[in-house]
Order: sequence, then C-alpha cells, then structure tokens
Amino acid sequence: MTDRPTKQGRRHRASRRGGFQPRAIIAVAVAWLFLWDRITWGNIVNGLIVGLVVTLAFPLPSIEFAGHPRPLRVAHLILRFFIDLVVASIQVTRLAFSPKRPRNAVIEVPLRSRSDFYLTITAELNALVPGSVVLDARRSTSTLFLHLLDVGRPGAIEEGRAHVYRVEERVVRALGSDEEIADLERRKREEELA
Amino acid sequence: MTWSTVLDAAGGVCLLLGAFMCLAGAVGLVRFPDTLSRLHAATKPQTLGLILVLMGLSLTLRTWAAVTTLVFVGATQFFTSPVTAQLVGRSAYRHRNVRTDLLIVDELSEALARDGGADGDGDGDDARPPASPDAPGPLQP
Repeated sequence: MTDRPTKQGRRHRASRRGGFQPRAIIAVAVAWLFLWDRITWGNIVNGLIVGLVVTLAFPLPSIEFAGHPRPLRVAHLILRFFIDLVVASIQVTRLAFSPKRPRNAVIEVPLRSRSDFYLTITAELNALVPGSVVLDARRSTSTLFLHLLDVGRPGAIEEGRAHVYRVEERVVRALGSDEEIADLERRKREEELA
Repeated sequence: MTWSTVLDAAGGVCLLLGAFMCLAGAVGLVRFPDTLSRLHAATKPQTLGLILVLMGLSLTLRTWAAVTTLVFVGATQFFTSPVTAQLVGRSAYRHRNVRTDLLIVDELSEALARDGGADGDGDGDDARPPASPDAPGPLQP
C-alpha cells in the first residue's frame, strides 16, 4: 500500500499524455493490412494515415506498461484461457438445456496488482472464463465486481474468487516486470499470513 | 484419403460444433431468468462458437487472404465481447434490472452502500445500489 501515491502520480501523468502514439498507429496499420489481405505500399501508407487520423481523433490515455512479455508464460496464459473458455462454454451449454434454475452471486475482488493494464487484461480474461462476467471495475482500488453463474453448491463462491486471483497471477507473471512479480508475491504472502 | 479431404472433414466438424455452441448461447439467452445470467450465455458459448466457425472456415477455404481476415474477426470478438458484457451488466445493475432473489451474495450493493456509490475515480460514473426487486423504479435521471 505504501507505493500507491507514486503510482497514482505516474498514472496521472500518463493519462495526460495524448497526441502522437506511434505504437497505436502501427497497430491500426497492421489491422488495416489484415482487412485488405494484401501487403502493398499503398495499403501500408493508407494504414498509417488511418492510424494517425484515428489516434488524433480519438486520443486514449497511453497505457503504463513497465514489464516485458515472457513468451513461454504468455503461451501458458493463452492455452489456459482457451481451456477455460471451452469449460465455460460447456458449463453454460449444460445449464441452458437443464431445467435447473441457477443460483448466482455478485462478488467483489480487490486485485493484488495496481495497474490499469493488468486490471483490464484480468477483467477481459475473466469475462470469458467459467461462471463469471465482470459487472463493474474500479480503477482507484483495482477492484473487480463479478457476477458468478450457478454457485449454489458450497465453496463455489470462494472458488470463483480464487480463480480471479489465479488469472491475475498468470497475467502478471506473463507480462510484468520482475519488480511487479515480486510485489505480487509479497502481497500474496501477506494475505496468507493475515 | 487425401490431405484436403482430412482438412475439409475437420473444417466441417468445426463448423457444426461452432453452430451448436451458438445455438446453445441462444437457448441460454431465452431460458435464463435474468439479464445477468443471460450475459453468460451471450458471451461464452457464443465466443467459442464463433471461434470454431472461423476455424472451420479457414480449414475449408485454405487461403491466406481468408485466414488473415478471420483471425482479425476473432480478435475483434475477443476484445469487444467482454466490454459489451460489462457495459450491459453495469447498466442493468444501475437501472435495478437485477433479480436480487437469485443472488446468494451481493457484494456490489454492499460496496455501493458502504461508500454511497462513489467509486473514487472522479470520472463521474458513480453508481447507485439497486432497490428491492419489487420496486422497479424509473430510470435514473
């Protein structure tokens, strides 16, 4: 908790930085090439122009990202995500065809990391995995509110909560800097002691 | 059995499975009791269904032009579907369109009651807790 003021200060600076965003422009240009299916100089130039116009017309705060992706762990994250997606789909499918009426819950999960980036990724991944849909997110405390489907059996709510933490840990381990991973480990130990 | 028959067959299986997943999502959308449960049906089987249909298409079409477009469609789905679900869920919650009798635990209402709906972002989107289900009030001004 002691590092929060500095992080917020940094986030504030980042949210003011708009204007020229080369990475976003390149991303839009790549998307443009995907749409046109052909790599020609005309398409590349047009893509860059579209990227420039889009980033200038709809400026977004650029995301604070201090870490670096680790290919093996990213692959693990993606693989686990697909397994989760399949499990989730089977669960919802079974429920859709069964006469049972699901018992649900809305839970609050304060994340261990403090970053818009990890909050966003964790929320995105959790929206598509078994039994949870993100209802609300709070940037100020990195808290997610999730709707859990079919948690009538005992222990299911705690399981859902633990799952969010597992996804977050996977995300930070795959994309975070050493410092952020150590931070997460420390927080986890503190919680285990508490 | 040639290589292309195998790919065609695999593509066909993917297309069928994907179509079934989309059907399951639709059935869930109709049969689930409230908005929040329906969001589950609208996001998960539907996303997997689309991915399977896209995989089936790329296995049967087998041209790079098609594959790149299909990858792009899939990626767009991954980024937009959770966002849509969250926005729908959030507005359903704020407009008291929630069956609270189906919830065992509701920590969002507790959190909203605790700090009066202010989420501390300062971005002016503070929420209000839903009232009891038998008083479906008018939309918030």
